[in-house]
Amino acid sequence: MIYRESGQFITSYQADHRIFKLYQQRWAFYALLGFAFVIVPFIGNDYWFSAILIPFLVLSLAGLGLNLLTGYAGQISLGSAAFMAVGAFAAYNFQVRIEGSPLLVGFVFGGVAAAIVGVIFGLPSLRIKGFYLLVSTLAAQFFVTWVLTQFGWFSNYNASGVISAPSLLILGHDFSSPAGRYLLTLGVVTVLAFFARNIVRSELGRHWMAVRDMDTAAAVIGIPILKTKLLAFAISSFLLGIAGALWAFTYLGTVEPHGFDLSRSFQILFIIIIGGMGSILGNFLGAAFIVLLPILLSNLSANFLAGVVDPGQLENLQKIIFGALIIFFLIKEPNGLARLWQLFRERARIWPLRF
Amino acid sequence: MGATPLLELQRISLSFKGVKAITDISFTVEQGEICALIGPNGAGKSSLLNVINGVYQPDQGLIGFNGQRYQKMQSHQAAVQGIARTFQNIALFKGMSVLDNVLTGRNLKVKSSWIEQAFHIGRALADEIKQRQKAEEIIDFLRINQWRNSIVGTLPYGLQKRVELARALASEPRLLLLDEPMAGMNREEKSEMSAFILDTQREFGTTVVLIEHDIGVVMGLSDHVVVLDYGKKVGDGTPDEVRKSPEVIAAYLGTTH
Amino acid sequence: MEFFLEVLTGGLLAGLMYSLVAIGFVLIYKASGVFNFAQGSMVLFSALTFVSLLERGVPFWVSFAVTLLTMIALAWAIERVVLRPLVNRPPITLFMATLGLSYIIEGVAQAMWGAQVHGLELGISDAPLEIGGMLLSQFDLFSAATAGILVLFLSLLFNKTRIGISLRAVADDQLAALAVGIKLQRIWMIVWAVAGFVGLVAGLLWGARLGVQFSLSLVVLKALPVLIIGGFTSIGGAIVGGLIIGASEKLAEVYLGPIIGGGIENWFPYVLALLFLLVRPAGIFGERAIERV
Ligand SMILES: Nc1ncnc2c1ncn2[C@@H]1O[C@H](COP(=O)(O)OP(=O)(O)OP(=O)(O)O)[C@@H](O)[C@H]1O
Ligand SMILES: [Mg+2]
Repeated sequence: MIYRESGQFITSYQADHRIFKLYQQRWAFYALLGFAFVIVPFIGNDYWFSAILIPFLVLSLAGLGLNLLTGYAGQISLGSAAFMAVGAFAAYNFQVRIEGSPLLVGFVFGGVAAAIVGVIFGLPSLRIKGFYLLVSTLAAQFFVTWVLTQFGWFSNYNASGVISAPSLLILGHDFSSPAGRYLLTLGVVTVLAFFARNIVRSELGRHWMAVRDMDTAAAVIGIPILKTKLLAFAISSFLLGIAGALWAFTYLGTVEPHGFDLSRSFQILFIIIIGGMGSILGNFLGAAFIVLLPILLSNLSANFLAGVVDPGQLENLQKIIFGALIIFFLIKEPNGLARLWQLFRERARIWPLRF
Repeated sequence: MGATPLLELQRISLSFKGVKAITDISFTVEQGEICALIGPNGAGKSSLLNVINGVYQPDQGLIGFNGQRYQKMQSHQAAVQGIARTFQNIALFKGMSVLDNVLTGRNLKVKSSWIEQAFHIGRALADEIKQRQKAEEIIDFLRINQWRNSIVGTLPYGLQKRVELARALASEPRLLLLDEPMAGMNREEKSEMSAFILDTQREFGTTVVLIEHDIGVVMGLSDHVVVLDYGKKVGDGTPDEVRKSPEVIAAYLGTTH
Repeated sequence: MEFFLEVLTGGLLAGLMYSLVAIGFVLIYKASGVFNFAQGSMVLFSALTFVSLLERGVPFWVSFAVTLLTMIALAWAIERVVLRPLVNRPPITLFMATLGLSYIIEGVAQAMWGAQVHGLELGISDAPLEIGGMLLSQFDLFSAATAGILVLFLSLLFNKTRIGISLRAVADDQLAALAVGIKLQRIWMIVWAVAGFVGLVAGLLWGARLGVQFSLSLVVLKALPVLIIGGFTSIGGAIVGGLIIGASEKLAEVYLGPIIGGGIENWFPYVLALLFLLVRPAGIFGERAIERV
């Protein structure tokens, strides 16, 4: 992690607008991407793909969606899972009802459907603020899952309620193997992460943060408040909808409303609290944490505490640890793991010249 | 002085839950002048600025701006008309950098759509660079370059006041409303801020309405002074006229500022 | 008509149970501005502790006292570990901290007392009683009476004791209260303890009705629309809000359910609260203040 930036000067506003201002950073990032796309599919095993990497990627995307709304635009939501559900079911119905429709178009359709539902439940945000807005997002959470279970049409009148996701074919290539599902997920998430990153660094991103920090002042300088908030709901729900479709298609392989309940919404909120609100990287760190911690705990207890902690208690222990971590982060590092990473990097930059 | 005044308030009244904050106030502000609003605490000065740029809606009266008449302003409409503003209790975007705060001041000048920005296509990049250049000019003008990338919430009070002025100036306003821009500053900082306000008026031809408690500063800076007391206008004229007016002296007797 | 009245009254009585949970919320919100999502887990925790003591042969009143002491200790710990370090942080941060808190409390409660369903028998028969031609549940009447007594007790506490008066001062104006030497931290601890007590009463009544189990912590989700309708700062509002939600939820279930399908009580209160908000953005009793700038 030792790198130096001597001699690199930023000489234009264009260069200053870049995501990574130092070429070491750029290289490291491209190397990481290359590794994820080219090497991992060969060295990973099924367990890693199906139980760790795919849920990690999908949850990162969901966190990203919520982070745009809550971390950037300051609108708190407990309805993330509902928008995921809309995306999953919309993508499913698109595939089922339109013969031979392309998979990726189905995902986009899922995202757009979620965005529309998001805008509807975001409309009250003009009149109501803060905690009162929780009601709107909770209404979304309960209403959407109710509609999806109540009306058989959405699950194509499937009696069992568990529907297998359609096959994962893109231009004749089958992505159904674990490595294929991983690659598909990685591709979608990477593209959307760049999309989100561009937005938060653009004029719209500034509008979101302005509304978050002080909405009266934002209105006074001419920022259109309603449009800004609704775009936050729309784009956030779009990402959440695609995350929902991925969750159903590439992770679970089944489409069902119960996986998108309130506790999923909480999980996504925890990802952004632990990872860092108002950060893109934070969603990935937070999601990695949320996916890895339970695995780590169960491994630890199986290896060292066998017989001491019974498996039933493990879940309670996990809850306590999550709860405590959330409070810890809120108190000690409100900007989450992303901030810790940044501090670490700044250290590395001047190392060993500490002072 | 221009032929028509830039701002013309006609018989403005405003009350909160039946309590009158402003009663029947009228005055005009000419193009290019610096007009000071003075008066004791609670006189209704901030409320009046809020009426002018649509944060509060008056119960009665008309607001004339740039030849147009409005029963009430909307904040957004005021911004589009070229009215910019700073606040008594700094209303910056605390979690954003100085540069980003100044850039938000230019939001009405941005031409590219969010889709262009999201995909880096069309007008997006040229637009961003142009806004950036303008923002940097303002940052240079107010000499806050050094803190360009600092998060605003971490800066000291005096600097924040300056950043707020920068954000207002970034919109290239026709009318600048400043609510106690020098409150809490020492003598040196005050004269620096006064110089910025004068420079703004001279260099950009901006009309300024400002609220200030320090009579010395007011007399040195303004072309025109309006005095409020208990929501009513008790004086209106040049600094010299106002200084001699018995009502103004009465309003200020016994109050220390 | 008879049937309508019966449904309505049943709903109103059930609504008072929501109010009980909502009152705990209101107390904490008024005194510390914290939107306490953990109120539901406090209900669960107290009921679980009480039942488990009872099951181990501890007499009723001793169990009650021990549980109450536990809730006070919990309040003390929360004030120390969570609230104090987060003082002056934005309300949204405190809200999220209470989310974390609810996870901890639920985890601890279940780790200590297990996750199975415990029956709780308060000795009140659930046989319906005929009053004025309507069949009403005895248990509902009993809980309504308890809620009434609790509210009376709280208003005495707030209006007649020194602690209550300082508490109202804090709710009115924190800075002014600080200036006259009221110790905020002590007030917070007391308020959380009182909210814990309210949670205990609610936990016993809800527990007797549903069995003491994890889902008890979900009553917080029912209390939320109640608060929205009644306003976050008014105990009277919490009661009226509870009545409105209880009654309309039952009526919707009975009259709307057959038309659009069952299970609507899950979302109906939220949609109702949302409609209320669009008309009155600060609740029925809240006054919408014009933001000062
Ligand atoms: N949003 C509001 N809600 C209720 N009352 C308000 C509001 N804003 C102002 N007031 C009241 O209106 C009156 C005038 O207040 P204003 O802030 O305009 O005075 P001011 O002249 O700016 O005083 P100061 O010198 O202290 O800033 C005061 O009595 C104040 O309490
Ligand atoms: Mg003022």
